[in-house]
Amino acid sequence: MSTNVFHRYANPTKFIGLASAIIPFAWGLTILLGGYGLYLGLFNSPADYQQGETVRIMYVHVPAAWMALGCYTTMAIASAIAIIWKHAVADLIAEETAVIGATFTVLCLVTGSLWGQPMWGTWWVWDARLTSMLVLLFLYLGFMALKNAFDDPQRGTQAARLIALVGWINVPIIKYSVEWWNTLHQPAAVARLDGPTIHPDMLTPLLLMGGAYMTLFTALLLVRVRSHIMERRARSIALALAEARGAGPDEDPAGLRDGATP
Amino acid sequence: MNAFFDMGGYAAFVWPSYAVTAVGLVFLIATTLLRQRRARTTLARLEAERDAAGLGHGQR
Repeated sequence: MSTNVFHRYANPTKFIGLASAIIPFAWGLTILLGGYGLYLGLFNSPADYQQGETVRIMYVHVPAAWMALGCYTTMAIASAIAIIWKHAVADLIAEETAVIGATFTVLCLVTGSLWGQPMWGTWWVWDARLTSMLVLLFLYLGFMALKNAFDDPQRGTQAARLIALVGWINVPIIKYSVEWWNTLHQPAAVARLDGPTIHPDMLTPLLLMGGAYMTLFTALLLVRVRSHIMERRARSIALALAEARGAGPDEDPAGLRDGATP
Repeated sequence: MNAFFDMGGYAAFVWPSYAVTAVGLVFLIATTLLRQRRARTTLARLEAERDAAGLGHGQR
């Protein structure tokens, strides 16, 4: 990747053009992959010989965990690009990814708890995998809190970039926690150096659901960043209008001056 | 069909997992699309106001 590629899509107008071309495909793929994955996962895959029907929780739990880690990595890379190349859209990508990643993390924790109770006999245990995943949720929340913690948005952005980068160290810790420490959580069954240990009848719906989560994330992220750019444009037009009408700086006709972001 | 909903006796864990996932994802999708609609209408309204005020394009 040359810096030219980054600079081309650093232009918000060009970014919107690219995003608008991708968004319909991302929604379409989400429906196709998710529909087929759910069908196989719920109706056309075997129960586990040890875990019985609870193994079907895997099809919503594991993709949520993958995306929780993937979103944080996206956030860290976007923050690095924002720092190094001063890319105008990169900070928006990091900010919008945080909300989506935090939701995936909550879904991973809740479905994991619902799987842990029947299989381990407990909803929660403070072991390495579960605790490091909870820390990931707090890192997401910390990023979002820092982003809005300062009167000067630039300072908030700088602090948020830092937590995105420093906090990324938790991602490999989560991944390898099941190998480094004794934990109730089972080890990786898909992303292994010696290949997946999971039966193809279960691997197929799992990968379909993983793909659906990824395309859903793509669609959500691009739509949100595009909305964010439109909100900024609306804000600058509102300011220009207020100035042209000779209104004082306190006047804010569109109610947009500080943060139309919901 | 009852056997399907019973989930081998684990219905109380399997179905809530799917339900909470559905709620979380629908919430994300709904808030994202509502925000998009609001951003579009606000921007269109302000662009019309700007053009009516004769400020022209390219105002930053």
